[in-house]
Amino acid sequence: MVAKEKSNLKGKPLVSIVSAGLSKFGKLEGFYAREIFAEAAKEAFDRCPNLDPKKDIKALFVGQMGESYEHQGHTGATMADWAGLLHIPATRTEAACASSGVALRTAIYAVLSGLCDVVMVGGVEKMTHRTTPEVTEYLAMASDYPFEQWHGITFPGLFALMATAHMHEYGTTEQHLAMVAVKNHYHGSLNPKAHMQKEITLENALSSRVIAWPLKLYDCSLITDGASCLILTKPELAKKYTDTPVHIIGSGQASDTIGMYEREGFTSLTAAKLAGKKAYEMADVKPEEIDVAEVHDCFTIAEIIAYEDLGFCKPGEGGRLVESGDTKLGGRIPVNTSGGLKAKGHPVGATGTAQAYEIYLQLTGQADKRQVKDVEVGLTHNVGGSGATAAVHIYRRD
Amino acid sequence: MLAVQALQLQFIFIGGIKAMSEQAPFTIEQFYKQILQGKLMGGKCKKCGKVHLPPRPLCDNCFSKEFEWVELPENGKLLTYTVIYVAPTQFQGMAPYAVGIVQLENGLKIPGMIRGVAPEQIKIGMPLTIDFGTCAATQPWPQWPRYHFKPA
Repeated sequence: MVAKEKSNLKGKPLVSIVSAGLSKFGKLEGFYAREIFAEAAKEAFDRCPNLDPKKDIKALFVGQMGESYEHQGHTGATMADWAGLLHIPATRTEAACASSGVALRTAIYAVLSGLCDVVMVGGVEKMTHRTTPEVTEYLAMASDYPFEQWHGITFPGLFALMATAHMHEYGTTEQHLAMVAVKNHYHGSLNPKAHMQKEITLENALSSRVIAWPLKLYDCSLITDGASCLILTKPELAKKYTDTPVHIIGSGQASDTIGMYEREGFTSLTAAKLAGKKAYEMADVKPEEIDVAEVHDCFTIAEIIAYEDLGFCKPGEGGRLVESGDTKLGGRIPVNTSGGLKAKGHPVGATGTAQAYEIYLQLTGQADKRQVKDVEVGLTHNVGGSGATAAVHIYRRD
Repeated sequence: MLAVQALQLQFIFIGGIKAMSEQAPFTIEQFYKQILQGKLMGGKCKKCGKVHLPPRPLCDNCFSKEFEWVELPENGKLLTYTVIYVAPTQFQGMAPYAVGIVQLENGLKIPGMIRGVAPEQIKIGMPLTIDFGTCAATQPWPQWPRYHFKPA
């Protein structure tokens, strides 16, 4: 009887977030990834005075995409060392841009298994000291080598292929894409940790230089340095650490073909739809119950597709959803209140848990100027590469 | 002599190895070697009939390792495309260039550059055909030939 209840996770907290930390996002000159991660860890420790990090934290899971940036592998141990957590088991997860979304999923396995009562999960990337062609090359490693990279298809190129298909099939326009950028830059202007804190106009976005038609400079996320982390525990232990935990009530992760060209269609991401479906089912939540969401806007088209894959609107209506203002702060379902990857920045490995950090702030009423009113349920959507990995998590305030 | 016969017999018993000894391996490298010979080839699973492009050594449908080479249609239609302006280092001399995903007449899909047509004249649905001419960009490893697409 007990076993049966345990296996039924529907609508129940899987784990609880008792603290969270985020470094400044931006061009952090003169800092190594490990130093940036320590900044995020320090914030998480300071937020949670009841936590004794050295005694309580039993494992670290950390997402990071590339060794090439700093000529440094072995990230798990490195981050544990520099966060002052020496000797705990430390594991790096890699799933391109979904590295820390997957770290979060992995950390949930650790807590739910009963093996660890308290774990730290986070992500980090140091990118800006490299030249743009170098970063382009490293990021491209997340796509298929023998058929995509080999034929000159860049990362923006893959999402441009989706954009062209979406425009052709549904009448989405370059203006719709630009509206995502304008919205997220507005949100970023309200976030003191965002890489870009300046608003832009539709004209700025539309007249920026073409990267991979129809995507222009302002359709692309930023090359950013940053780190993020969360402290997770079992729901029954959460109140020992904080009066205001945030519970993760749904978790979904899925994979797809590494070559985008092999997929059935190019106007949605199957992995994201599957991960979303699993997370919604586990959380016993419907898309219309989501109050605030952080979605993976690595390119503006990706946010439009995310609306559709997550059921915020019907397939093909994503462009019109952003146009309606529903996903802007003050709208029906504010999306990417942090500024998203577009304006807050996209330190690849840090992104998944940085999204969770924003939802943690929103659900605990700490999002300051960008606080959404009366929020109860939040969602994060983290995509790796052109969609070969997706991780979706659903959160509820205590 | 006997030893050789025994070896051959062994190959008959171990189906996979026999196939390997007679046929080129069903690998990506082999696919590109055939491109160099002007052939677009896929691997057809002998058990379930699924045709793989690129060929795979393990059928993802039925887990069989038995394949035969099949020639694929060289014509198809354009499903989607983009024009790359900011290119990776080794392609910078070619930018801007168009790339797309082409659906061959048998339904399989393959990406590649689109040449011989001005970018503004490229349209989704347009008929394209494969061109086995090599392309200018070079890269140290691995050295594979290239194909591209042109208007049919």
